[in-house]
Order: sequence, then structure tokens, then C-alpha cells
Amino acid sequence: MYGYTSKTLRVDLRLKKTEIISTPTGLNKKFMGGRGFGVALLGKRILNEFDSPDMPLIFSSGPLVGTAAPTSGRSSVISRSPLTGTVMDCSVGGKFGTALKKAGFDCIEIVGIADSGVTLTIENGRATVEDAERLTGKNVEEVRKLIGGKGSDAVIGIAGEKGVKFASIVFDGHYLAGRGGLGAVMGAKRIKAIKVKGDGAVPVYDREELQKAREEIMRLLRASQAVFGELGLSEFGTSAFVDLIHSRRMEPTDNFRATFYDFASSYSGYRLKNRYKTKKTGCAGCPVLCKKVGERGEIIPEYETVSHFGALNGNNDVESIIEANRLCNDFGMDTISTASTLSCYAELEGAVPGPDEMLALIKKIAMREKGPGEALAEGSYRYAQLQGRQQLSMSVKGLELPAYDPRGAYGMALAYATSNRGGCHLRAYPISHEILRKPVATDRFSFEGKARIIKIAEDMNAVVDSITACKFVFFAASLEEYAKAVSAVTGMDHDAQSLLKTGERIYVLERHLNSLNGFDINDDDLPERFFAEEGSSSPNIQVKPLDREEFLAARNNYYRARGYGQNGVPDSDLLVSLGLGEYL
Amino acid sequence: MKRLLDKYITKMVRQGLAGEDSIFFLGLDAELESNRPSEAGSTELARVFEMMNINSLLYAEPAEPYRSIICSLTEQGEEKLTPSDCETRTFLHDIPVIEELKASEIFKALSRRKAAIIRGKGIVAHGTVSPEQAFVSFSSACFSAFVKFFTDIMFSLEDCRKKNLPADERTRRSFHDIVSKLPPDGISENPVAPRVPEQEDDVYASIVKTGTALVDNRLVDSYFGNISYVHGNKIYISQTGSSLDELETCIDAVPLDGSSSAGITASSELSAHIGIYRATGKKAIIHGHPKFTVIQSMSCRREGCDLSTCYKTCRIPRFIDGIPVVSGEIGTGPTGLAHTVPEAMAGRNAVIVYGHGIFIAGSDNFSTPFDVMRTVEQKCRKEYFRAMRRLL
Repeated sequence: MYGYTSKTLRVDLRLKKTEIISTPTGLNKKFMGGRGFGVALLGKRILNEFDSPDMPLIFSSGPLVGTAAPTSGRSSVISRSPLTGTVMDCSVGGKFGTALKKAGFDCIEIVGIADSGVTLTIENGRATVEDAERLTGKNVEEVRKLIGGKGSDAVIGIAGEKGVKFASIVFDGHYLAGRGGLGAVMGAKRIKAIKVKGDGAVPVYDREELQKAREEIMRLLRASQAVFGELGLSEFGTSAFVDLIHSRRMEPTDNFRATFYDFASSYSGYRLKNRYKTKKTGCAGCPVLCKKVGERGEIIPEYETVSHFGALNGNNDVESIIEANRLCNDFGMDTISTASTLSCYAELEGAVPGPDEMLALIKKIAMREKGPGEALAEGSYRYAQLQGRQQLSMSVKGLELPAYDPRGAYGMALAYATSNRGGCHLRAYPISHEILRKPVATDRFSFEGKARIIKIAEDMNAVVDSITACKFVFFAASLEEYAKAVSAVTGMDHDAQSLLKTGERIYVLERHLNSLNGFDINDDDLPERFFAEEGSSSPNIQVKPLDREEFLAARNNYYRARGYGQNGVPDSDLLVSLGLGEYL
Repeated sequence: MKRLLDKYITKMVRQGLAGEDSIFFLGLDAELESNRPSEAGSTELARVFEMMNINSLLYAEPAEPYRSIICSLTEQGEEKLTPSDCETRTFLHDIPVIEELKASEIFKALSRRKAAIIRGKGIVAHGTVSPEQAFVSFSSACFSAFVKFFTDIMFSLEDCRKKNLPADERTRRSFHDIVSKLPPDGISENPVAPRVPEQEDDVYASIVKTGTALVDNRLVDSYFGNISYVHGNKIYISQTGSSLDELETCIDAVPLDGSSSAGITASSELSAHIGIYRATGKKAIIHGHPKFTVIQSMSCRREGCDLSTCYKTCRIPRFIDGIPVVSGEIGTGPTGLAHTVPEAMAGRNAVIVYGHGIFIAGSDNFSTPFDVMRTVEQKCRKEYFRAMRRLL
């Protein structure tokens, strides 16, 4: 089969047994790959707790991975989130997906719990589970030195071992499956690292057509100011957004009590580039190279990270922001949740930690040290709830919100609330049209038309995470061009609409699986602050509180656009119509 | 949604793309809305929403000369049009042709492309984010078809001439019919005053006024093109995808030293504008896509050249009315016009880009560049018809 290896590696950690099985027939047609494969394979096992032996942890590549399609080096990790309890998928960069595919596998499905720390090594069609107790209690950088060698790796740090609810899995040193605590799932299974190496080729149906699709995509990327322009992602990485979001007065500041931070320029893309003399690097198969590394090897954080360790925590000390990011990468923790939990703590305590204290707290959280460390390791929602102040957790479904204030972009507000995995900017990514004006601009201070826009964008991003490609490309290209690439790789006839239908199937299945765990309309809401407090307005830009009635009307419209019932849950007719009857 | 549909219907009428009576524009959020809900066309188009994950759908019979142009281009049973102007190559790729205003046919075509031609009838286009996408695709299809028609017919007649064959009667008739439907080639008074903006507010006001003048004079397709002015240590430039007749809140102030990336939303031609300023010192820059300037820029078919790549690789000097014509794709890539245009602009005030349009720089105000754009377009139109008279 073109575009796939047709093989899945199944690993039972309790038995230390690996088994190569055929990737289930028909999975590719219905779910494409990546996130879609993961959600489909997870299925009703979502009813298990995240740390149950029966809860699978799935790593999955897509049909474009390892081919000449631009930005095709990504893969997905899927399981149940310890932080939110929802289905959780993370699209991750680096070269893991490419290595996995070249090693001969579409997916890895890991179940069971090892008796003690282990590693999984995969090389060219073979896999072994090995004792690795020597790695226990070590952080990512040290583990990577110890396991060494060529290929790609996925590693957890101490935070994953300790069950920090927002622990992440770190790929190739600094690409994170960041959100939702999948590192804690890996930690619960006592698997410390996965190492993959492969030299195989990915079969492509029509290389000439793939080259044509690539040229069309590259032409659009080169025409994009946001991607390849002199102020764009290729030059500055996502920290290019610092100045932009600042100028739109929608940067979350002081735990979302304000939306404008006077000192944002101290960690802007321009400042970081010049201060650290950054070089471009990036994921396998990516021409954009948005990842930035300083001349002394400093990993330059993403926009959300600099903004949240900066404005959200009232911190303009750039060195401490870089160090906070390094610590999170090394311990294996999500920077958005870490920073947001710290700012929630600061508001509750009534005192903002200085840079040194902030760094010390990060270590305490990662180590689950008694006191604030242990309390904050549960995430902002559980922490604030224990204090009886859960309204100060700036989260949706327990997942802390990223660095775009919803009062400054109403589509973002709706997308945060309705997201299947909680407070996430990437499910629908309305920043693309509300701020970046792509593919066209929409009025950021209006809910008009946003329900269906969000629905379509969620479907689009679900399939983008499944083919797999990077969402940044879609600031320039569209599914029209990527459908051509998928068809060329797989030999199956795809177009933009067939891909969107696949995305819809994936998204609705996620929603259904969440509903099995009790999620419904009551979970699709924003913190009260956004309806009650004004942001940081200026004479030209008024950042008003969200109108509750308008928000609820838009949410209702969204359910109608999706075909959900009034409780925000898909019914059996919808599931059957999308070919999901087997999940009822 | 209805407000947005009405807005783009008004624009279509104002820009001469279609008459209000021929437009069907539908939009869907929770409820499907249409400008003509009770008519049969709307019913058929509404069915498309049951098949497609879209939020807007536009169908219209274009106004003349576009209607006759698309009829002429598709009367031989063509399954798609592949114009070779920059707009089509980059964004539309090609324009499929379908036979009927039927939901199933529209679904098939628009699942792969942004716009389609319904043979002998009109153009259909869709959006997934906003009705604006459908409007832009419709307008781009009209523009591309216009450029393709006049380019193809010239090449066809040149080929006949080379082979000592007479032009066929159908071609002649079609050409004369469509030419008779072109709007008159008149130059009205220059609406852009030769005033030098002194304060930042004046800069914004000048850009807004010039943008509106470019749209009103149909010197840009859709409403795209871009405008910038250098004032102090910043370049003020229209934002990407902004409507040049609605620039009041769509101008980015970008520091020339690159010290802020807030201008990441600036026009995709920002680098070219900065390059032109650095190469010439001229402060007022406009870029538009006047149709006959684009057509004439593509009129070269030098023997021995690979004509499929000249839009991006040609380095052979060529001039139209003393203005260099250069290759260059949109943006900053290795064959991007961000490199070719500033280089060619040194010591000049205008450069034409193959298949794309014209960049013009004025010392300190927009009046002269606006005049140059109008004049060049007029000359290109005259030169085109002079050449055609020889060939016919």
C-alpha cells in the first residue's frame, strides 16, 4: 500500500512483549493516519483511567510522513489526558515520525505497565523492550546522552515519572508532545524512552504528481509574508507573534487580568534573534525551519512560552524565560500549563514570584516537592479548586489557555470553549483569519459567522494532523494543494472536501469518546473573568468583556453547525452517518 | 452573514463584475441565508451546502466583457482553463469547466478548486471562512479569463501569420465582439493630489485615498495590489489581503530596521517595497495589476526559450515603453520579485513583472505613480490593439 507501511507495532509492557500486526484494514480510508489513527485505535478504551494498564499510548505517523511533501515530518501521540480526562492528541515535530515510518511502522500502540523503568528500541522492523532502571530519576538531556546513537527519540523527564499532570514527552531534545500530560501517561507505564531508527523508503504512488503538488505548495509558502517574509516564522520562529499580539492588545498578562504588557518587546522575535544570534532549524521535511537555536545552543522558546513566562507572570527578564523553557524541556513539562499554573498561584497568593523564585517553583513542580510543588503539579484547575477559587484557573476543561486573550478574538473564544481537548488554540486556530488575515480577514470582535468557520477549521486541522502536515503551512496553502499531495502519495483519489469529511469524522469521534466520560455542554465554557472584566483597552482598540448572551448564541450555533444535540454531544444518527457506528 | 453577503454583492456590482440581478450569494452559519432565497437557482445552490464543508457559495453570470470571454474560452468543450498569469498560477492553479448549474457538478468541481466556470452561463466560487473568499475567487477568475483571452488570441494570430495562414473567422468574430464590449479607454482627472504627507496622519490619509482611486479606476484586480509610503524610520504599507478601497484600519507601520515583527500582517510584497525604497530612495510606492499591462508583459515568445519557466527565470532584458519587464514570483523565494524588482528599479521609477503587474515609485507623493500606472496601462492597451490590427 502506498504511503503506509501497513504495519503497527503493539507493545505490552507488562509482558515485555512486542508484536507486529497489520494496521487494521480500512483505517487509512476512514481516518487517514496520525491523529485519526490514534483516536480510532483508542476507541472505547477511553473509559479507562489514564494510568490503567489497559489505556493505550499511541504514536502514529501519516501518509505524507517521510515523503517530499513539505512539512511532512510530523507525527501524533494519543491517549487520555491526565490533566483534562479528555481524548488528548499532540502533533509533534522533529524526526520521530519519519524515523518510525522508515523503520517500517505506521503506529506504535503501547499498553500495560512495566514492573520497572524500560526503554523501547525500534530499528528497521524489529523492536525490543529493555530494562532501563539506570535512567530512572534522570532528566531528558541526560537520558539522551545515555541512550545515545543515531535515529530519533521520545523521552520523558522526571516530571513524567512523578506524574505531573501536564508532563510532556520530549522528542529529539526539544520538540514536545506538550499539552495535556501525555508524559505522565508514559511515566505511568514506566517507559522512559523510545528510540527509533529506520533506513527504509516510503512507497509513493506517483512521484511526478507529488513533485507538482510540492511546487504548488512551495510557491504559496514563498508568497506568504507570515511564513517566508522578512518578518515571518522562518526568520523569527513563532516569537514573531510577540509584537503582533502586543499591538493587538490581546496578550494575556497577570493571569489574564490585563491584555497588554509594557515590556513585551524585551522578548520579541527581533530581540531574541539578535541577543542569541539564532540559527534556523526545524522538523524533518520542513522548508520553513521555524525552530530557532542560539549560537551557544540555547533553545529559543515558542511564542506561547515567552509570552506566558513573560507577560502572564509579569516577567521581563529574558534570561529567566529562556531558562524556564530549558527547565520545562529537561524535566518534560508543558510550558503553557506550567506558566499559567504559576500565574494562577501568583494571583491566589497575591504576590508575583520574581525570576529566581519562578525558576525554583518550576523545579519544585517537576519534582512534586511537598508544598506548592506538589499542589501545582496537579495543574491550575485542581490547585485553585482545592483553594475554593477555581474561577482563577484560566483554563477550559482543565487545560490552561495559551497566549491569545479570547476578549481580543471572538472566534478564539468560541474555539477555546468548544475544543475537544480543552483550552487549545490549535484545534481551530482562528488566529489565522482573525489576526493574520489568512486566508482572508474576519472581524475579530464579532461572533458573526464564526460557528461554522470554527467547525470547518476544526475538521481541517484534524485531518492536517492526520496526513500529517504542519498547521503553519496553512497560513499560505490549503487542503486543495495538500489533497493533491495525498493523492499522489497514496494513489487514492482525495480532494479538499474528502479530506474535510475525514477531519469531521475524527473530530466527531473525539467528541463522542469524551461524551462517554461525561463531557457535555457544561464543559464548553470559558472562565468567568472573560465575561466580567475588560481587557487593556486603548483609545483605538477597545477590549471589552465578552457578551455572555452573544457567546452562548454562538456556541448554540456551533452545535447546530456540527449537528450535535442541545447538550453539545453527537447522537447516534450523526455517528452512523459518518461511518462511526462501531463506536456506539 | 447577510451583512457580509450584501457587502460583497455591492462590491461586485461596483467593480463591474456582475449585475445585481444575476448574482446568487448564499452563506451559512447556523442558518442558510441567500440574497434571493425564493428563486430556483438558490434552491439548487443550497443543495451544495449539504454536500460540502463550506460557508459561502457565489454564482453569477458575469457582466460584459467577462461573460462573452468565458463563453468564448469554453465553447470548444474545454474541461478546464489554465491561464498563465501570476494570479492563476499561484492561487487558482486552473479553472474547471462544468456543464450545468447542478449541485452534483458544482460539488465535484469545487471540491478541488476555488472557482469553476459553468459553460455558457457563469462562474461559481466558494468560501470556507468568509464570503470574501468566494468574491475574490470570482473576481480572480474574471481577471484570469480576460488576460487569457487577449493573450491567447494574439498568440494564435501570430502563429497563423508565421504559417501564412489566415485567421479563422470564428476567432475574428469573437475578438471583435468582445472588443466592442470593453469599457472605453478614457483617462479622467487624476484623483490623487500631488501632496507630500508631512505627519503620520497624512501618510495614512494619502494611502487610503490612493487605494480607493486605484480600485475606482480598476487598476487592480479584485481589490488587491499594495501601497506603501516611507515616513521617518518606518514604511507604512497596506496589509496582506486588504481591500484597497477599505484601508482605514488596514495599514501596518513597519520599522525599516526590522525591530518589530508586528508587520507580519503586511502585504506579501513588503520585501519588494523595502527593496525599492532602498534602491531608489523614492518614498511612495504603488503596485497594481492593470489588465493590458499584464497582457503585454506576457507578449514575449522568444524562440529558443522554455516558455514554461520564463515567468520565474527569464533574465533577458525587455522593455515596454522604456520600462523593464522582469521575471519574479510573489514573495521572497530565490526567484521572487523581492529580488528582481528592486534591482531593476535602480535609476527608474517603474518596473513591470511578467504576468503580474507593475510597481511604480514616486519621490514623495502618490500622484505621479498613479499617473504613470494609468498612462502605462493606456499605452499597453493601444500597443496591444495596434499589434492586433497588424495581425488581423
